[in-house]
Amino acid sequence: MRTFSSKRIGKSKVIEPLAYTKRSVIKLVIFVNLLFLYLPLLVLIAFSFNDSKRNIVWRGFTFKYYEKTLKNDQLMEALTNSLQVALLATFFATILGTMLGLALQRFRFPGKGPVDAWAHMPIMIPEVCMGVSLLAFFALVKIPLGLFTITASHIAFCIPFVAIVVRARAATIDPAMEEASYDLGASRIMTFWRITLPQLAPGIIAGALLAFTVSLDDFVITFFTGGPGSTTFPIQVYSMIKFSVTPEINAASTMLIVLTSIVIAVGLVLHAKTSEKDSEL
Amino acid sequence: MQNWRDEKNEFSILMLPPAFWLVTFFTLPLVVVWVYSFGNRGPLGETNLGFTLVNYVRAFELVHMAILWKTVWITIIVTALCFAFGFPMAMAISFAPGKWKLRLLMLVILPFWTNLLIRTYAWIAILRPRGILNGGLKWIHDTWYSLIGYGVEEIPKFVPWEILYNDKAVVIGLVYVHIPFMILPIYATMEKLDKSFLEASLDLGSSQMRTIFRVMMPLCMTGIVSGAMLVFVLTLGNFIVADVLGGTNSLMIGNQIARQFGAARDWPFGAALSFVILYATFILLWLRSIYAARLEQRDAKR
Repeated sequence: MRTFSSKRIGKSKVIEPLAYTKRSVIKLVIFVNLLFLYLPLLVLIAFSFNDSKRNIVWRGFTFKYYEKTLKNDQLMEALTNSLQVALLATFFATILGTMLGLALQRFRFPGKGPVDAWAHMPIMIPEVCMGVSLLAFFALVKIPLGLFTITASHIAFCIPFVAIVVRARAATIDPAMEEASYDLGASRIMTFWRITLPQLAPGIIAGALLAFTVSLDDFVITFFTGGPGSTTFPIQVYSMIKFSVTPEINAASTMLIVLTSIVIAVGLVLHAKTSEKDSEL
Repeated sequence: MQNWRDEKNEFSILMLPPAFWLVTFFTLPLVVVWVYSFGNRGPLGETNLGFTLVNYVRAFELVHMAILWKTVWITIIVTALCFAFGFPMAMAISFAPGKWKLRLLMLVILPFWTNLLIRTYAWIAILRPRGILNGGLKWIHDTWYSLIGYGVEEIPKFVPWEILYNDKAVVIGLVYVHIPFMILPIYATMEKLDKSFLEASLDLGSSQMRTIFRVMMPLCMTGIVSGAMLVFVLTLGNFIVADVLGGTNSLMIGNQIARQFGAARDWPFGAALSFVILYATFILLWLRSIYAARLEQRDAKR
């Protein structure tokens, strides 16, 4: 009867049987997991400020490597390419993904199950397979590898991400609103524009931000679909890693981490605002 | 939900453009690779179409079989480790009081948003011979010998643990990259779990351990299966981690595929290898859907 003995009052500490987080074993689990998840990133960020070429012991604080990174033309060009691809891919993937999400949420059609599974496949299959297949495809149809092929591929794998988010949002919309709009004489387009779209907006924005970060961070598919002159930021970091381990990589990585964090923070703030609004309604 | 026949125009406007894009830039490329996997490599590295199973047979030859086998082994170990660390973590999040629940959840998700390549690269600073881990070990080594008071001459020299650029580093990196995929689905099912089952088990005299293994785990099976499946599929196809943290001998199948489409320039063989792991992925996804359907049926009967 171990459980009852732990409930007995009198000794210093009483732990409810299901209050696992109060148990030291679970506290240790949380500690180990968080250490495991954060130590590498914290070390990476800390070393980007370390004034030592060999990057092993702490030799004082410096911004030197950030200056070097910002002056590194190749890296800056790669960043421009990355942003360009991410913005274009996000724009098209958001439109196409929203359409797909709405179609899957609203309509019943023959073969829906397989179509549904197929549309989510780009997320599920190993990225390497998708990367090499795109490479083979572009070679076959003789489209030279470059920013266009990278963007087209990014759009393809961002569509399902947007569709999932938009579909979840569409499921929460009350169809009565649209019916009321039709009853009051509004046209299809008018209703979509004035009623459906504003209600979908938080989902669309969340999907767009997701697509943006996924595209900005992608390495594997870009690795296979890019060519000379279309180096993106992760690809440039990769070649720097392969070349040698320098503090400059840490600085560049930290910059990318900060960039994605800003996008996510914007997303979270927007999400918090819309859920506040929703709960007011 | 509307029938598509009632709104043919609206349905086609919504469905056709994304479907067109996905067919062109996802399905067609896969078909191309599938066709290539039956072709053969010409003398200049070009791909000749044909119908031969040679590439698939080669994939199961001894040399390549070794890599395949090793990939599967590493994947199993990684999945098991993710479960061993992820399950208690999911438990900790799920049973945490109010605001801590959300905080812990955010803390697990956040690293997930940073670049995969960077997260992998970050481990080099920790695992290398003069990195953080070996620094810590050396410190323990030194204090231990100074505490037990050996003479200066007798202190054995600290030998750094060779943990970077080999399979150990690859396993660590893969667990690191994929553990949120295990924690999140388990957490999601645990949230829906009726906690009175656990209380009943404890009240009836089972120990905590027994309750966790015999009551909680079976009830969270959907989440565990989803998590394990995700980790397994993602690890199987990963090639960055082995590329950055592994040594020359820690190639995984993903690296092998990348090599065939790169330096080795043997596309038909690379295509066949791709389809070996794609088939494995499809079979796993199919098994999971069967399992999910069976669980649904069982729940419906209740």
